Amino acid sequence: MKYLQKMLVLLSVVLLASTTAFAEVPSPKIPKGNAEQCVEPTQEMRVNHMEYILHQRDETVYKGVRTKQHSFKECINCHTVKDDAGKAVNFKDERHFCNSCHTYAAVKIDCFECHASTPTAKKDGKAHAGINSLIKMTAAESNNNE
Amino acid sequence: MSKSEAASNGLSRRKFLGASVAAGASVAPGISLISVANAKPVDQAISDEKRWGMLIDTNKCAKGCSACVDACNTENGLNTGDEQNSRQEQKAQWIRKVDLRDKLTGHEVSLPLMCQHCENPPCVDVCPTGASFKREDGVVLVDKHICIGCRYCMMACPYKARSFIHEELTNQVENTPRGKGTVESCTLCVHRIDEDTNNQRDPACAEACNTEGHKAMIFGDLKDASSDVSKALKQHSSKAIREDLGLNPGIRYRGI
Repeated sequence: MKYLQKMLVLLSVVLLASTTAFAEVPSPKIPKGNAEQCVEPTQEMRVNHMEYILHQRDETVYKGVRTKQHSFKECINCHTVKDDAGKAVNFKDERHFCNSCHTYAAVKIDCFECHASTPTAKKDGKAHAGINSLIKMTAAESNNNE
Repeated sequence: MSKSEAASNGLSRRKFLGASVAAGASVAPGISLISVANAKPVDQAISDEKRWGMLIDTNKCAKGCSACVDACNTENGLNTGDEQNSRQEQKAQWIRKVDLRDKLTGHEVSLPLMCQHCENPPCVDVCPTGASFKREDGVVLVDKHICIGCRYCMMACPYKARSFIHEELTNQVENTPRGKGTVESCTLCVHRIDEDTNNQRDPACAEACNTEGHKAMIFGDLKDASSDVSKALKQHSSKAIREDLGLNPGIRYRGI
């Protein structure tokens, strides 16, 4: 009986410790994109964004396909994080969309050794409106198909 | 336009109808019909039905003018940031002005020289990783994702058209990803020419030359007989630089 009591106490201590530990596990602060929704479902993008980017990379480099749906440029345009001064932060900043999670997951990426990590200033400022209307168009098309 | 008129323009009935549909009813008849019908939608892969090229008229190219070089540097974000610390001979140079003087007659010409986008590019032959490649539409590029920076292509190129990036870069232009340890050269502004009809633009150098009023660079599809560049090539004699090498460059010159 005494043994059982001891075990129960131990178990509760472990449980308590683990719940406290879970609460203290730091989670990445992922900034929200600027469009209403991402080009694919959020869960899908969390798991497979690199596949989409890699696929589109070869389509663009070798076949000259420059659609906006999975383009790296549009990722950057939409997932801009601005600092207090209203200027888009680059990949070296921990607030940067890609950096916020990749630092957390300790996955080093070298995309930004070549690619711009902030949007190039647009004269018409239509970048975000562009992707929003694209999503609406795609949604409308899929509705029509159903 | 009657059927016989369409036929006299060298169009079959089927082709003429196709062109009309693609161009829409509001477009005026004639050449514009054909060019619109040949345009590539942005989601369609490039094909070997086109070959991009350029005719450069050295008679119109002004000595001392560097509008094309400046436009290229701005368009692609060359020689900014740490690159400014590179030695002169190491700096990125996608297009440069070359002045030639005939020793016998003293005749001088000035011309822009860049990647000549060869049909048989030596840079592609020597690349050990396959990073240096020719697109189906004739544009010679470096896939920087797989370039290891060995610089064999720089040595193989008879036009000295390629540069190596020596410095770590930040704030690149979004249309032109470029980074330390890779080789690069003129892309004929693929990001401009891949766009769909409404947004398609000439390469930055040709555009700048036109804006400057010299109009020495005509860009277009060499396989389309109705394009400005094809018409000009048909009308005037032109030369490729180092024609003896049999590389068949897409860039050709008048007046050399």
